[in-house]
Formats: sequence, structure tokens, C-alpha cells
Amino acid sequence: MAILSVRDLRAYYRTEAYGISRTVHAVDGVSFDLHPDEIYGVAGESSCGKSTLIKVISGNVKPPLKAYSGSVEYDNGLQKVDMLTISPEEMRRNIRWKEISYVMQGSMSVLNPVRKIIKTFEDIVESHRGIQDKKVFREQVEAHINRLGLPTDVLNAYPHQLSGGMRQRVAIALATMFQPRLIIADEPTTALDVVVQRGVLQMLKEIQAESKNTVLLVTHDMAVHANVADRVMIMYAGRIVEEAPTKTIFKSPLHPYTKHLISSLPMIGVRTTKTSLRGSPPNLANPPSGCRFHPRCPLAMEVCRTEIPEMVDVESRHRVACHLVKGGAL
Amino acid sequence: MTILRIIRDLLKYDSRFRLAFIFLSTILIMMLLSLVSPYNPNKTFVVAMDTPPSLEHPFGTSSRGQDIFWWMTFAVRNSFLLGMVTAALSRVIAIIVGLIAGYEGGWLDKVLMAINDSFVVMPLLPILILLGFLLRGKMNFFTLGLILGVFGWPWDARLIRSQVLSLKERAFTRTAVYSGTHPFWITIHEHLPFVLPIVFATTINNMLWSIGMEVTLSVLGLSDVSTPTIGTALFWANQHGALVAGVWWWIAAPTLIAIILFLGLYLLFSSINEYIDPRTRLRLIGG
Amino acid sequence: MRKFLLHYLLPRIAQYLTVIFIGITVTFIIPRLSPTDPVEAQVSMILSSGSAVDPEAIEHMRQALTEMYGLSGSPLEQYIAFWGRLLRGDLGPSLSTFPTPVTRLIGQALPWTLGLMLTAVILSWIIGNVLGALASYYPKSKLIYAIDLMSQAVRPIPYYVVALVLLVVFAYLIPIFPFSGAYPVGTRPSLTPSFVLIYLKHSALPALTLILVGFGGWFIGMKSLTSNIISEDYVVYAETTGIKERKILTQYVMRNAMLPQITGLGLSLGTVFSGALIMEVVFQYPGMGMLTLQAIFRNDYSLIMGIAIYSIIGVATSVFLMDLIYPLFDPRVRYQ
Ligand SMILES: Nc1ncnc2c1ncn2[C@@H]1O[C@H](COP(=O)(O)OP(=O)(O)O)[C@@H](O)[C@H]1O
Ligand code: SF4
Ligand SMILES: [Mg+2]
Repeated sequence: MAILSVRDLRAYYRTEAYGISRTVHAVDGVSFDLHPDEIYGVAGESSCGKSTLIKVISGNVKPPLKAYSGSVEYDNGLQKVDMLTISPEEMRRNIRWKEISYVMQGSMSVLNPVRKIIKTFEDIVESHRGIQDKKVFREQVEAHINRLGLPTDVLNAYPHQLSGGMRQRVAIALATMFQPRLIIADEPTTALDVVVQRGVLQMLKEIQAESKNTVLLVTHDMAVHANVADRVMIMYAGRIVEEAPTKTIFKSPLHPYTKHLISSLPMIGVRTTKTSLRGSPPNLANPPSGCRFHPRCPLAMEVCRTEIPEMVDVESRHRVACHLVKGGAL
Repeated sequence: MTILRIIRDLLKYDSRFRLAFIFLSTILIMMLLSLVSPYNPNKTFVVAMDTPPSLEHPFGTSSRGQDIFWWMTFAVRNSFLLGMVTAALSRVIAIIVGLIAGYEGGWLDKVLMAINDSFVVMPLLPILILLGFLLRGKMNFFTLGLILGVFGWPWDARLIRSQVLSLKERAFTRTAVYSGTHPFWITIHEHLPFVLPIVFATTINNMLWSIGMEVTLSVLGLSDVSTPTIGTALFWANQHGALVAGVWWWIAAPTLIAIILFLGLYLLFSSINEYIDPRTRLRLIGG
Repeated sequence: MRKFLLHYLLPRIAQYLTVIFIGITVTFIIPRLSPTDPVEAQVSMILSSGSAVDPEAIEHMRQALTEMYGLSGSPLEQYIAFWGRLLRGDLGPSLSTFPTPVTRLIGQALPWTLGLMLTAVILSWIIGNVLGALASYYPKSKLIYAIDLMSQAVRPIPYYVVALVLLVVFAYLIPIFPFSGAYPVGTRPSLTPSFVLIYLKHSALPALTLILVGFGGWFIGMKSLTSNIISEDYVVYAETTGIKERKILTQYVMRNAMLPQITGLGLSLGTVFSGALIMEVVFQYPGMGMLTLQAIFRNDYSLIMGIAIYSIIGVATSVFLMDLIYPLFDPRVRYQ
């Protein structure tokens, strides 16, 4: 049973100025399921639409972004809601933070610069549950952040007084306050140095192991996925190109793009010749026809230019969209 | 022509620009009409006094026996010219200060910006009043333009400086520096084309300021009140107690024209400002 | 704390002193560059008023005036003496109401201007900012759209013209406010309730004009700041966490958008002050503006000098005070 199912989602940015209109096909026909108690990784190079996908799932669709078709269904076992049609107030009251929380990309700037950290905790708790006794509330928050290994002092600090790693931990502490079933993390370790990255990932992993919730982890860093994710989905130019359990993705990738991502990973002791792709990621305002990867694919064929490769299941939990891969191995 | 295309685009898609176009066309027509005026604006008592607006005198006549409509055609022309003189002079200063401060950096930048910021916060009106007071009787419309020009540059120098600072970081400047080109030529060749659209926008803003300042100084009797301008129109109306005497059209005409001129310039300014705003550009060409 | 002193406070103090230094120097230089000799102008004015012409007395008067205007000695000596008198708070006697010191005349006028200006500045700042934030947070509201249009229409018009229009409309066509003054001729200023009421009624129109012209700038500034800030990460994040809308609007959006507006308030004081002077002239309000007008009409050179110097020091000091207050609102400056 899936906790979140996304079906054929299309979300575009449409802008218009002085008669010139532009549509960025940032998410273009994406389907996948999230299951309880797993860490699901989303990978793909910068500006392939990962953050846009997250925006739609977390109910942050604002102009110029608009979801044009598809569905995003959240099911917590008690109720099913469509995240695309639910009213904003209902979403705020019942879903946000209680069911789905979010660790945003660039958590450096997600904390209000003029408010102490404790105030952000206060605002969130106040808005969802109300605060009867400030002292009790403060003790609860202190207990919560201590459990996550954060010192009590951070509560009285302003964001700019904390280090990047500290702020990211605060963001995770905020996201886990109500023990939500789904935690979405968008590039939670980008811009942190390696040692700090490891600490932050460890923290996320421990939380997940303890509360058995689902974590949707978005990052362009394949090494992070290798260490943390249970399953990985690879996006390219607004579409899913491959999805499989982490082991399978790294051991036997099938899509040429996935292969490229993995071969460019630095591995200890192994000296790989880094294959660089020709060209640059496509402009999503005017994406290539057929397989969107074809202008850069070393194995591209004639058919790739005209026909969109269909998603095929090669194993029960492994699917790929590439004309080279035939389905039916089931 | 790109300029014509820009104007066509703006006319088509920006209602503010359309309104500005109408207002400023009205002003332009008035300015041109001054060339065929049947009356000499320096002569008084050439028509009947204090007659309300009529077909013969669309804006009525004043207590000084002048046709207000035709007199205003000169007034608008002069006010506009004053704005241009001020803007031209203060643009030159602003560009030089902005480019030097932005390009040279270091202590020169610090000193220039300290002076610049001092003029930004200083209340200019009392200083201009002092100047106008001392030059009373010797002030003509051209000296007023020069004086306003000397005081009207600081805001824009800062704007140009910040633009240069962001341009400076671009690769092409660094390449030019390594290739040994003199900084002055880098500035002229590479920065000016980027700075010019901003200069154009600030020109309009500066004209708004100087024409308004002229109104203020004239009303206080500190400009050359024998030259017709929007300000001196109000000055003469006040001198003759037009409002109390019921000659309302004498106040209404310059007020109406001032509103059309100021709104026209302002709408043009904000429409162009949005057009050259990097964020709008980004939306156009895609980021 | 050291960082705060070094990177925030010290540069501000330096800038404050620079403004005053440049402003005072400019007011010192202007009369000396001008082709009009204030002494000769004064002498010829007294002569033309028809009093007895005794050459010795004229020469005597010339010397006295030269002395009084600080025009004796080399330019450097004059400049040093100029600062010396300033630091002693001596701006000389007013010529039109000889021998009342200029400082006393200004002291009488200043409270009226300050009262008018402070009320107008604070009200227009608050109204403009609140409406501006609402405008970009609720872009579909018709009422706010109408306010937007109005503020855009008033903003570019010079103070004088706006004041004139309001005067005509509200004192002449629909006479709900008195025509001029801060109180009717014949009443004496006092702190009785009835006088305060009269005062408020007389001040309403000038204050309204200042607010009307002033709030548009804050409104437009706040609107564009807000529309940038609502796409800042911390606002999008706050919305995602489900924090209540009102709290986001006040504590996340407005609280942050306010900061540049506080800086802007400091920078605008000079312009607002100039506007207040004009306002007083239109409404015959007995403050610094009216004093200036009198000085112009009565050829009172020392009074105009005094007004210019007072205005520069006053505005620079207010801007400096704003700089001192700013850290209270921005923890990033407070704890560097
Ligand atoms: N606000 C926006 N307006 C227009 N285009 C946008 C906007 N935000 C993102 N895009 C475009 O959408 C595409 C996907 O961006 P994003 O989802 O942020 O990618 P990723 O998170 O994978 O780096 C990019 O081409 C980007 O330029
Ligand atoms: S479909 Fe063709 S172009 Fe696309 S990845 Fe497969 S082989 Fe390459
Ligand atoms: Mg992203």
C-alpha cells in the first residue's frame, strides 16, 4: 500500500511578458509511489525538475508554476486526499507538518532572519495545536532538540549566529516535531562540508529508523543516495528515466544516463576515466523531441529522436524508459 | 529599429505606457503650439482681463490681461527645457562620479560615496532657497537649470555605481583588464552600454524632480518670474490673489497641466523601469 | 560588540559628521561665491527705505554689517570664525526683527513644523507600509487596487500642487477645513482642550496633504519589497509548515520588508522636511516654512542662513538617530 501515489503529473512554469510567453516543462508525466518506512531517493542533475516535483507534492504550487494534469494522492490509512485539489485551509490544518513535513533546499535561508529559533518552533506549534503553557512548551522543545543532539542554546540564537550544519539540524528538528508520516528533504546536504554532511545524513537516518516514517530525499549527489536511500529514482529533463532499489541502480544500471551518473562517481581506490557527456542539459522551455536525452546520449538511435521511450518494468521493482531496454523480463 | 520595436511592444502590452504616451503627446503638442502663438507671452494686457474659459480663450484670461492657454504653451515648453538642462548636467556628473567610484573602488570610492550620501540626506530646499535668495534678480531660467543640475546627481550616481560594481565582476571585464586595456576604455566600451538604459530612466526621474523644484522656488518668488513656466504661472496667480478673487481658471490651468506633465513622466519612468528590470528581462529571455 | 562598533556605529558617526561638515561648508561658500554682496544689498535697501543719508553713518553701518555677517578677514579666518560662532550656537540677530536672535525666531517656529512633520511622517509610514504589504499579499482586492492607483497618481505631483488642490477642494469648494493658519487670528496658543481642538482642525489639511503625498512612496516601496519577500525561502517555508496566514504576514513578511523601509525613512527626512516647508507656505502654517517666506519677503539674509544651517543639522541628526535605532529591529546588525 502506497502512502503517496503520483500519477502522470505535469507541472509547468508559464510566464508572459510583453507578448512573449514561455512554458518551462519542468515536470512532464511523472508517476511513482512512496511506501511506508522507506527512504526514497530522487536524483538527477541540477534543473531537471526535482525541486518542482517537490513543490507540487508539498502543496507549494504558486504562479508561475501550475499543475496541468495528473494526480498526487496522499493516503495515511485513515483518509485519502488529492493534494492538487484539497483546499488550502484544509491542507494547512490537516496535512501540513502533521502528516507531511519538509526540509527545504537551501535551509540556510529558510529560517526567518529576524526571529529567534524558539519563535519558529512557537509559531508552528501555536498554529497547529495552540500553546497553553509557555514553560511546558519550552521544556518539550528542549527535550526534542536534545534528543536529536542539539544544544539548548540554539533556541535563543538568531539564524545568522548558527553554522550551516547547525541550521540544517534545526530544520530537521522542526520537521520532526509532530512525527509526520512523510518527510520531504530537498538537497539537505548541499552546500555543507563533507564532515557536516555526514552528521546531518546520520541524523536523518536515525530519525527514520526510529519513527519508521517515509523520507523522500532529493539530491543530485549520487554518493548520498548510495549511503542513505532504499530506492532511487533518476530524473532527466522533467521525466523519470529509471527507478530501482539502491543496490540494483548502482550494480546494474540500465539507462545510459544512469550509467553516466554512476560512472562519474569518485570511488575510493578505483581510478575511473570520467566520461563527460557532450552538450548541456536541455532547455525545458523547448525540450528535445522523443527521448529527451537523445542529443547527449552516446547510444542514441534514429527512433530515439522521434518516439518517447515508454517506461518498462524489467524486474518487479526496476523500471526504465529507454528504447534499448525491452520489457517483459518479469 | 529596436527602439521603435520597444515602443511598439510597450504600447501594446503596457497600459501605463499608453497613458504616458497620451499625456506626453498632449504636452508635446502644447510645446509645439508655442511656436505659433498669436500672443507674445512677455506682453501684458493684450486681451480682456479675468474672462472665464471660452471658445476664444480656452483656459480663460488672467488679471494681467494675458491669454492663459497660449501663455501656458510657453510655460510648459520652458519647464520642460529646464528639466532637460538639469537632467543633462546632472547626468554628466552622475555618470562620471558613478563610473569612477564603481570602477576605481578603494579610498576614492569611499570618499566619493561619503560626499554622495551627504547630499542624499541633506535637505536641499533650504540650500536652494539660500542660493535663490542671493541670486534674486540675477537668476535666469538657464542658471536655475545649472544650479539644480549641480545638486541633482547623488541618487543616480549611487545607482550607476552599483550597476558598475555588478558589471565589474563579469568575465569580459577581467579579460579586458588582463589584456592591458586602459580602465577608462573598458568603462566607455563595455560598461556604458549597460549603464545607459538606467541613465535614461533616471533622466526622467530627475526631470520630475527639477521641474517640481522650479515650481517650489518660483512660488516663493525665487526664480526669474518674468519667464513663463509652470511655477511662475502659479506665482503670478498668487500675486493677484486669483483664488480669492474667483479667477479659479488661472490656478486650474497650470495645476491641470502640471498634473498631466508629472503623471506622464512618472508613468513613462515606471513603465521603462519595469522593462529594463533584470527580473523582467529574465522572464522574457528565460533564465 | 567590537564588530558592531567598528562596522556599524563608527561609519555612521563618520557619515553624520561628513554631512554636517559638507552642508555647513556649502552654506558658508554660497554667499561668498554669489555676485550679490549681502552687505551692499542690505545697505542699499535701508537707503532706499528713505531714512536720512549720513555718509559716516552708512560707513559705520557697513562695518557693523560686515562684522555681523562674518565677512571680515581672509576667507580662512572667516571660515574658522563661522564655525566658532556656530559651535557657540550664535547665528546672529535677525535683520527684519532686529535685534531678536535668529535662534529665538527659529526656536519659536520649529515646534510647529516638528509637530506637523512627525505626525505626518509617522502616519504616512505606517499607513503606507501596512497597505503596501496587504496589497501584495492580497493582490486581488479591489479596494487596495483603488488605493494603489490613487497613490501612484499623487506620488509624482509636487507637494505644492497637491496642497493647492486639497486647499481648493476642502477649504474652498467643500469648506470642511479652515483655510489657513494653525489657529485663528486672535487666539493665543495654550494647552486648553478647546485650543487643542482648534489646532487639530487647522492642522488636519496640511497634515493630510503630507500624508497623502508621503504614503504613496512607502506604499509602492512596501508593495515591491513584499512581493519579493513572499518568494523568499523563509516565507515559502513558513507557509509549508502551516503557520497561520496572519502570523506569516506580520512576523515573516512585514517584519522583514520593514527593514529597508526604516533605512528609507532616514534617507527621506530631508525631502519630507522640504515638503513640510512648502506645505506651511500654502496653508500659512506658522512654522519654519512661513518663517522662510517672511525672511525672503523681508530680505532677512541672516535668518535665511540660520534656517539653512538649522535644517541641515536637524535633518542630519534625525537621520543619525534613525541609524542608531535601526539595530533594534535587525538582529543581524545587533549581533554581528
Ligand atoms: N519560478 C520559476 N519560474 C520559471 N522557471 C522556473 C522557476 N523555478 C524553476 N524553473 C525552471 O524549472 C526547471 C526545473 O527547476 P528545478 O525544479 O528547480 O530543478 P532542480 O531542483 O532539479 O535543480 C529549470 O529549468 C528551472 O529553470
Ligand atoms: S532512448 Fe535512445 S537516446 Fe534515450 S537513453 Fe535510450 S538509447 Fe539513449
Ligand atoms: Mg533543486
